[in-house]
Amino acid sequence: MMALDLSQNKYSDVSMEEKDRLFAEAKADERWEHVLYGCYECGICVAACPSARFYDFSPRVIAQAVAREDTDLIYTLMADSIWDCSQCFSCDRCPRKNSPGQIITILREVSVKNGLKSAKEALQGYGRIIYKIMLTGTQVSPDMLQPDAFPDWGTHVYEIAENLDDWRKALPPETLHTTETSWVIDDKTIIELYLIWHMTGVMDLISGVDEGLYDIIVDVMEERLEEAGYDDVTFD
Amino acid sequence: MLHLPVLKADERKHSMDTDKGEKVDLTDAIFQLEKEGEWIVQRVPEPYIELDTKYGRKKKIPIEHTWHHKSCGQCGHIPGYSASIFWLNREFGLDYHDPTNQTSCTAWNYYASATSNPEAQAAVAIRNFASAYEVGYFPLIHCGTSFGHYKEVRHALVHQPELRRKVKAIMEKLGKPFVIPEEIVHYSEWVLAMKDRIAERQQLDMSMITATVHPACHYHKLIEDDAIYDSEIYGAQRTAIISGTLKALGINVADYSTWFDCCGFGFRHILVSRDFSRSFSVQRKIGVMIEEANPDVTVTHDTGCVTTLDQSQFAGKAHDKKVGLPVMSDSQMAALAMGAHPYKVLQLHWHNTDNKAFLEKLGIDHEKKWSEFQHEIQKIKDGKNEYMSWEDAK
Ligand code: SF4
Ligand code: SF4
Repeated sequence: MMALDLSQNKYSDVSMEEKDRLFAEAKADERWEHVLYGCYECGICVAACPSARFYDFSPRVIAQAVAREDTDLIYTLMADSIWDCSQCFSCDRCPRKNSPGQIITILREVSVKNGLKSAKEALQGYGRIIYKIMLTGTQVSPDMLQPDAFPDWGTHVYEIAENLDDWRKALPPETLHTTETSWVIDDKTIIELYLIWHMTGVMDLISGVDEGLYDIIVDVMEERLEEAGYDDVTFD
Repeated sequence: MLHLPVLKADERKHSMDTDKGEKVDLTDAIFQLEKEGEWIVQRVPEPYIELDTKYGRKKKIPIEHTWHHKSCGQCGHIPGYSASIFWLNREFGLDYHDPTNQTSCTAWNYYASATSNPEAQAAVAIRNFASAYEVGYFPLIHCGTSFGHYKEVRHALVHQPELRRKVKAIMEKLGKPFVIPEEIVHYSEWVLAMKDRIAERQQLDMSMITATVHPACHYHKLIEDDAIYDSEIYGAQRTAIISGTLKALGINVADYSTWFDCCGFGFRHILVSRDFSRSFSVQRKIGVMIEEANPDVTVTHDTGCVTTLDQSQFAGKAHDKKVGLPVMSDSQMAALAMGAHPYKVLQLHWHNTDNKAFLEKLGIDHEKKWSEFQHEIQKIKDGKNEYMSWEDAK
């Protein structure tokens, strides 16, 4: 287990103003007042936390840091710790009614939005998943079951990959005979999904963390949107 | 690791905390917002069955006219999970709709990568709800994460007028109505509501089976008040989901001390940091279940849980860990009990951990069943059938 270094001013290359600004952005989130009420520093969240068992990770430390508004420590945690969370929300049993898991969700969003190095690193190798969900409407698909992607799942993945087409055809629900998406999705539905990504600023988020991926997604989307008669996809 | 003596589902002497806990009953607020013209509330269609939630609120579970909000992980990687849900509906002759204008909830990606935001997440949810409303069917959510996430979305939409305004504007641009379902219903609640009817039609004796249960975190930890509880199951100290269904099938539901723990899925971990998922799943769940309860099968009700608990055992074997426990969904167990084909309907060949001993214990000739499935595959290969139909799956 890698020890988590929480020494003061660990990221001295980042100014305190920047650290304050990032925390202010998290605090301005509409959800903030429903996810942090204070902190007894009791550690009940740690007892329930799966990630705390396998990493030097603690929802208590994260809740303490944000409750104390220690922006230097919060920055270190954003850089080195928040991506270890499993987002299981076992910590929602907090007696103070906090949700450390949701505090982490918000801190992750701020990290992605601001293109922090830690967010870029955390999302390395994740591009194909974002690509899939944004462009096809289903997050995972049968054709992702390839031995090189899941070597630790054993020989059965070979068997699935080898028989994929026939096994998909041997599924009684008519919507499941697909391999590139998990079920049949109408073109119109995918167009609606693209419009949602554009209207809600999700495309800007992607460009902040992975410009190459952003370019590919935009290329595909713009072509399809144009085909569907949407020339201008800028929304307020 | 320290092991405590554990009690079985029906050995707890407690009752439901109907007057304790902070209740999150959104019913009044949802209908009030409808009166104010904010949105349309889609009513639970009749007939429905009422089940108790954690603090005693009655939750309406629709029996039919359901719009099946499928799960990408189930349909993509363990498709017998979804096929079993549909099979059960068909066996009971219930009216349902399997849509092609549904998207994933995209919450898996959201919890894994944070490359989304509350407006996008809420808009994706409402677009799906609107699609159900437009055809007059009520959403039945197959995935535990979609279910938990949609409850969070609904909660946020009730409490955040600005979010409502943004989502309403998006729906207007898409030309879709702004609809919120009266209840967010998970398919396993439907299975539980149907448990007596399933037991009436049971063809397979399952009384020799011992099962452990893993409840999905996003089912009972997110908006916990909305999960189903029953004083007869763990004295209402734990959700009754799955356990209630298995008991109705005559299965011995065995307890273990890490019941509350998550499966290790981790959203991003299962995709890019699987060392964590494997270790947690094998050491904190499967290993503990085997050591304390020695079950024949473990049953869960979510995409990520089946995947992680099942797939992680392969690597556990290489490390001489206690593994080899078949993993199934409650829909598969219910379908099997009612006589569904283990390969044509349950599609057990997509699962990783060997389940032959479990099938043998139930008196199922798996070799014969596999050759029947292979026969269907041959018909597809020979071009005699384009697909295997429901009729062929009988
Ligand atoms: S977040 Fe909650 S559970 Fe965790 S230490 Fe603070 S008060 Fe305790
Ligand atoms: S949501 Fe994150 S912090 Fe909370 S219990 Fe799960 S892994 Fe731990």
